[in-house]
Amino acid sequence: MSNLLLFPIIIPLFFAVILMIFPKRLKLQRILAAIGAGVTLISAIVLLAKVDADGVQAVTLGSWPAPFGISMVSDPLSALLVVTSSIITLFVVFYSFPTIGVKREQSYYYPAVLFLMVGVNGAFTTGDIFNLFVFVEVLLMASYTLIVHGGEKPQLRESIKYLLVNIISSALFVAAVAFLYSVTGTLNMADLAVKIPQIEETGILTVIAVMFLVVFGFKAAIFPLYFWLPGSYYSPPIPILALFGALLTKVGVYAIMRTYTLFFTMNVGFTHELLGIIAILTILAGCVGALAYFDVKKIIIYNIIIAVGVILFGIAQLNQPGVDGSIFYLLHDMLIKAALFFLVGIVAVLFGTTDLRKMGGLIKTYPVLGWTYLVAAFGLAGIPPLSGFPGKLLIVQGGFEGPQFWGSIVILATSLIVLLSAVRIFIYAFWGEPVETVPLKGSVFNQMFIPTVILVAITVVFGVGAELFMPFISGAGEVLLNPSIYIDAVLKE
Amino acid sequence: MRTNDVMLQTATKVVTFIILMFAVHIFFAGHYTPGGGFVGGLLTASAIVLLMLSFDIETVNKILPFNYVTMTAIGLLLAIATAAASIIFDVPFFTHAYDYFDLPLFGETSLHSAMLFDAGVYLVVVGVTMTIIQTIGEDE
Repeated sequence: MSNLLLFPIIIPLFFAVILMIFPKRLKLQRILAAIGAGVTLISAIVLLAKVDADGVQAVTLGSWPAPFGISMVSDPLSALLVVTSSIITLFVVFYSFPTIGVKREQSYYYPAVLFLMVGVNGAFTTGDIFNLFVFVEVLLMASYTLIVHGGEKPQLRESIKYLLVNIISSALFVAAVAFLYSVTGTLNMADLAVKIPQIEETGILTVIAVMFLVVFGFKAAIFPLYFWLPGSYYSPPIPILALFGALLTKVGVYAIMRTYTLFFTMNVGFTHELLGIIAILTILAGCVGALAYFDVKKIIIYNIIIAVGVILFGIAQLNQPGVDGSIFYLLHDMLIKAALFFLVGIVAVLFGTTDLRKMGGLIKTYPVLGWTYLVAAFGLAGIPPLSGFPGKLLIVQGGFEGPQFWGSIVILATSLIVLLSAVRIFIYAFWGEPVETVPLKGSVFNQMFIPTVILVAITVVFGVGAELFMPFISGAGEVLLNPSIYIDAVLKE
Repeated sequence: MRTNDVMLQTATKVVTFIILMFAVHIFFAGHYTPGGGFVGGLLTASAIVLLMLSFDIETVNKILPFNYVTMTAIGLLLAIATAAASIIFDVPFFTHAYDYFDLPLFGETSLHSAMLFDAGVYLVVVGVTMTIIQTIGEDE
């Protein structure tokens, strides 16, 4: 029993509530939001250290015994994800100061960001499938607020789509949970992992597993359920886009990772092969989008979809390199996507447009920005020694060890397309004839640029120092591949 | 526009108090029997909405000068604080404490820390419902 693992959920909740009381006090809002996100990050790091030292942490709320109460479980994977999402939220808060606008800041922007953090951290930590639904709803509520925040015309249009898609997928989620409960009689994930292998009718469980894949697929934006993502993510301003792009789809990916390693393993030949095929189709669909547009935001948004496919392909292999690679790539992708959105946000502000064809020559006036972007772009494509490389290498290795070796070849080939799509932004925006830029005060530029550079630096450290992080990653992979560690931590506390 | 709402207004003056009393009853009935902060809050909100329908928003805001967003925040704070008190006593989060007391007039009564949590829920429900209704119902 340890309440420590709840701190990354309670602290942002507490700060969000405090911030609701005085929405108009701009300075106080900024300071408290930064402190809230910072303290959350510290508590997440302490939690990671604790999990690393003492193994999987679990607490069942309200002192109920384990399969009956709501269990919260922090294994290495969830602790790593909580740390990463806390880092990103902290930087998004810093990046918001100069970019989001005073009007938005004074109408509950920071509380909404912190509520989103509550939902994301909660979804990563929970050990109960219905509670996962609840936390997903918490983060969706916050994201509904954020996507429509400011009330610009495209935001209103896209928020209707976003709401509709998510309400339908949430309804399906509840239905799928009800089916699962009627078959197994439990919703505690550890208990499910015990009960599901004892059930002989795997047919009905396979159907439920595919239903969950559809539900989480809506959130994670897999093929063909990603249709809502490019439009919806395009409409809100850059800090919100960075937050969504880095965190929201990853909750869906995490949920698939968790359920498809912990308990939906009764018919791997069908479910995981399906997952692998869908993952590859997701990558291909994302590649088409990433090359098709001349809009910086759209290009990076389609790269989110590609990354989702790559991560899920590693999970579908269900072997050690594949799973380790997926975890590494997941963490890398959260960080690099936030960094890239920050960078294209600066570029878009400088040119006053997001259209690549109206840009050019930025390398002469902002050389550091250009080289930072190039490093981030290489990291995204997975050029060694940057952070995209170790994860992708392991995933490809996992694919070659499994039956879906053709998938690994597709991933290798599409890496070139990812590189092309990211470098295209570099070529159009930084090379070529200089185009007149919007004058920007140096202090404002620095306020935007400093969090960005630090975030890019973190991804570089994550890639170059991959050896340092590998023990955490393989520890997380070990728990995923041996559900008994997870089960024992929850049921035998 | 409203020319003949004497009946409604007169009835409201009585009915509102009945609804509010019933809300209090339902609120305290909670935990062991059906009821609690959520239903109590909804009942209270419905009483206020009835007032708004039969009189108008400005009058009601004059008698009940609350900022409903702040009310929501205070309710949430109360709920979190009750749940988080378990951290200080080093028991799993959300563990509640209760005991039986002999109170004058009431006799033997069970006092439960879940009631504090429910009071938070009550404030949140009233706050959120009224914020939504005011936002939708207000004219510029």
